[in-house]
Amino acid sequence: MTEYILCLALFCIGLYCVLRKRNIIKIIIGLGIMEYAVNLFFVLVGYKTGGRAPILAKDQVVSNMVDPIPQALVLTSIVIGLAVTALIVAIAIRLFERYGTFDITKIRRLKG
Amino acid sequence: MELKLILLFMVFGAVIAVKIEDLLSSVIAVGAVGLGLSMAFLVLKAPDLAITQLVVEILCLIILIRATINKDLPLIKDGRWFFNTVATLLFIASFLMFAYFALLELPDFGKPIMRVAGSYIANGLAKTGAANIVASIILDFRGYDTLGEATVLFTAVIGVLAIIRKVGRIKK
Repeated sequence: MTEYILCLALFCIGLYCVLRKRNIIKIIIGLGIMEYAVNLFFVLVGYKTGGRAPILAKDQVVSNMVDPIPQALVLTSIVIGLAVTALIVAIAIRLFERYGTFDITKIRRLKG
Repeated sequence: MELKLILLFMVFGAVIAVKIEDLLSSVIAVGAVGLGLSMAFLVLKAPDLAITQLVVEILCLIILIRATINKDLPLIKDGRWFFNTVATLLFIASFLMFAYFALLELPDFGKPIMRVAGSYIANGLAKTGAANIVASIILDFRGYDTLGEATVLFTAVIGVLAIIRKVGRIKK
């Protein structure tokens, strides 16, 4: 249970960073921390105490392996996270060239 | 025990990354969090994930440093900090409330429900011929998920190229 609570704490730190900070790079960092927390939570749910990695060996049966499905899903999610981070950073670099700042309250050309 | 220590390290690294003023130090702190996550995956018996997380973390760090380097940034202190703080705390409180109700339903740590995974492990070698069950799931049992992942990756790369490109097409 302690592991779940620490994982939730990590997610809350990321959420605080996204909602409270005004620098775009800080917001990207907060999104990254939230993504780490979600990936970690999936793998934590699939962990079995004293289990072994889901790779077949001589003495390997169902009862002594950890759950492989969350690991497969998270493997997909990690790579997508990299692509999304690259996209956000590209947009941030363009905004910096256009406005000369990373402050989100100064970037208000589209604001009604 | 070592898992809790690694998780505590990650939480402290995240707090430093959020609280520190300098952007480059913040990016490096988030890199420490990612490497801690890689170690946590290794402890949680997910070696494929640990390797992927290590590579992705290093690439992510390079991209973020490219974005922050050589840009002097004035620190912003003014603004509606009271309203912002109240709204943030409200969001975090509602998230924690939902998380509490969800945690009541979850199985305990270390006792997963392996209803689907059981058949994958039992028949994986006979059906796909792969000794690594994770590889047999992503490439065979759930191959369409991986196809969707490749689509998302390709779309994101096209988006990055379209945004970063210096010169647009000239109209005639």
